[in-house]
Amino acid sequence: MDVLLLLADGMLLSLQPLNLVMILLGVTLGLFIGAMPGLGSVNGVAILLPVTFLVPPGSAIIFLAAIYYGAMYGGAVSSITLGIPGASTAVATTFDGRPLAQQGRASLALVTAALASFIGGTVANVLFTLFAPLLASVALSFGPPEVFALMLLAFATFVGLGGDDIPKTVFSICFGLVLGAVGFDQISGAPRLVLFDYNGFLQGIGFLVLAIGVYGIGEMLWTIDQTRGDVTATTPKMTIKGMASDTKEAAKRGWKGTMIGSFLGFFVGVLPAAGATPGSLMSYGVAKMVSRKPEEFGKGSPDGVAAPEAANNSASTGSMLPMLTLGIPGSPTTAILLGGMVIWGLVPGPRLFVDEQEFVWGLIGSFYISNVAALLINLAFIPVFIWMLRMPFTILAPMIFVLSIAGGYAATRDMFDIWLIVLFGLGAFFMRKFDYPLAPAVLAIVLGPIAEPTLRQSLLLSSGDPSIFFTRPVAGPITIIALVLIFLPAIKVVRRMRDERKPAS
Amino acid sequence: MNLTKRMLMSMAGAALMFAAPMQAVAQDWQPRKPIDFVIMAGAGGGADQIARFIQAVAEQEDLTTRPLVPNNKGGGSGAEALIHVSTASDPDHTILVTLNSFFTTPLRQQNLGIDIQTFTPVAMMGVDPFVLWVHKDSGITTFEEYVAKVQEMDGEFVMGGTGAGQEDSIVIAYMSGAYDLDIKYIPYDGGGAVAKDLAGQQIMATVNNPAEAKGFYEAGDFVPLLAFSDERMPAYPDVPTIKEMGHDFSYYNQRAIVGAPGMSEEAAAYYQDLFTQVYESEQWQGYLTSESLSPLWMDAAEQRDYWALQVENHQALLAALGE
Repeated sequence: MDVLLLLADGMLLSLQPLNLVMILLGVTLGLFIGAMPGLGSVNGVAILLPVTFLVPPGSAIIFLAAIYYGAMYGGAVSSITLGIPGASTAVATTFDGRPLAQQGRASLALVTAALASFIGGTVANVLFTLFAPLLASVALSFGPPEVFALMLLAFATFVGLGGDDIPKTVFSICFGLVLGAVGFDQISGAPRLVLFDYNGFLQGIGFLVLAIGVYGIGEMLWTIDQTRGDVTATTPKMTIKGMASDTKEAAKRGWKGTMIGSFLGFFVGVLPAAGATPGSLMSYGVAKMVSRKPEEFGKGSPDGVAAPEAANNSASTGSMLPMLTLGIPGSPTTAILLGGMVIWGLVPGPRLFVDEQEFVWGLIGSFYISNVAALLINLAFIPVFIWMLRMPFTILAPMIFVLSIAGGYAATRDMFDIWLIVLFGLGAFFMRKFDYPLAPAVLAIVLGPIAEPTLRQSLLLSSGDPSIFFTRPVAGPITIIALVLIFLPAIKVVRRMRDERKPAS
Repeated sequence: MNLTKRMLMSMAGAALMFAAPMQAVAQDWQPRKPIDFVIMAGAGGGADQIARFIQAVAEQEDLTTRPLVPNNKGGGSGAEALIHVSTASDPDHTILVTLNSFFTTPLRQQNLGIDIQTFTPVAMMGVDPFVLWVHKDSGITTFEEYVAKVQEMDGEFVMGGTGAGQEDSIVIAYMSGAYDLDIKYIPYDGGGAVAKDLAGQQIMATVNNPAEAKGFYEAGDFVPLLAFSDERMPAYPDVPTIKEMGHDFSYYNQRAIVGAPGMSEEAAAYYQDLFTQVYESEQWQGYLTSESLSPLWMDAAEQRDYWALQVENHQALLAALGE
């Protein structure tokens, strides 16, 4: 029970007045940074890093971790209310959050997101507290073949994501994979797919650029096309009573997604290099796969909001683990935290838990407190977010457009990306017109750049022998499950085609 | 109306009075917006650690009026970063943390059309040596045992390192040639990922910089076998150098800051002054010692000469590799 004593000390430490102020400030700032399209936790932490030199190191990292946490909550807000992902970690939240908002259930979506985030964060904190050293060794046991197997599993869950039209889903995945391959080849260092010799393509296609284009601009065009601007943007009302019933409904219809997101998100977050974005997308896929009503996904399922939101909070705690125990950042945001720690004289790595006990447990304790603070602050702001939705769509549409363009520019400060956003927005609109599912393409552009190098590294390890994915103790079972999931729908399709042919013949 | 006009006039006058001294100050160039601090490598590797350390020193000592915003562009052995910086729309606010791929990548990929002499020298913060590491569970404790093991495994000994034609592969290729070793080489996107996979024993050996391997070395997981520095390193006095073994070879990674091509002289002077202050800070000097970097301070003209020399050296090294 040493751990619990240390944790209690840590919590007391983070409840000291200065630290508590840091937590409240950090969470609130993070909430708004996360809600602004284009500004994610990475930018927030980078911009606010200097502020932290005014306070002692322990309070500083608590502040930064609180921003990170708050941003994970905030990302859901613009995903749901405007349909623009507030951060790349919240892209999957738009899949079902946006339809819910359009049905006038924005408050249900926001409450579900907040509760799922809270539970995801809490589950992750408990896992972190109890199993940190063990999980660090799990992270180390994931070499290239294991990571590739996991990516394969993620794709497998998404084959079922695009509804029943498997060929269109596969096309969408392939389209995303090709876009993800644009830029430089990591293994040989050679440029490839530099379309029309535009130098902008050398840097690859940024995920956030794609997401803002597809969901910001594309969604806006779609809504205008569907409604001719005459949107019954529904008039959501916020009352205490309404929120209480939303909470009940969120608990009832979102618990499954929350559980999946909480655990899966954490494990994906623990693996260095993966981070919260793949974690949230994978959780969405799995939640849909195991759901009894998969047809609701994409049309406004609370599970579909809960899974990615629980996962991105859970993964953000998870990605702290390799940073603290191995000195390797699990996500771009933790990479910046790492820089902060080095200058404060803390050396992340295997010895940190031994040498800097007070710091480590103070930080872990602050996760718990931040999580509670973020939930309360978020719930308190929900009426404000809802208020935005009362505006007529003719006012909202130009706002979405401006936010999309400004957010896209803020992320990379490159005009080229703005043209891409517009292009992707138009492309997404037409893909939707022809009933091509978009989510698989978005998933592929995130996971492709992780899957491809690990595939090639694995094959280099085995001198080209693909059995490496089956013979290793961890990679083997994952690969087999993935393959079964991929071919299951294919078998279904073949069967159905045969059945259809029989009566005809 | 009159009153308003008079007020406006006096306000304009006041503004002029304030503006005069402001202009005098403005001649000393200052950044007007956050500085794009591009890193030629992925997160967690040696270059990244250094960039983040420098950023933190600059913030802590309040050396800049606008923040340095780290921007990892590790793709294509740093080609992504070189393209980004050389096409920067605002060269006065774009600087690059380099490693040796600053020399090798333009050589290997002539089609990028990068001429490094167009970049603006800013500061040489130090050079980082390479060390050969194995995992403690391998049972290997000396370089001789390592050579015997690699030869015994006959092409199945796996080493990881940064991308093809980059620093790690150059060091490993030289060593393989000198000792007739057949090594299976797996490229990664950064030194951090390489060190992590040695810790997990996904690979059998690496040539990480001391900074990347230090945490695992201190925890007792990594064993250093051989240094590629000119002299033995103070932090690893028992580790022999390849020079002692009779091979005239040493290899360092440069840790230098360069400005974008087309940077104005005023901005270059600003950054040179800024990084001189960082270099002389207690923190950076402490970092050089604790992470086993060697100091190699140079002024701008010396840096340009150094670049030319390094391009020549790397041409020879890459030619020997058959690149």
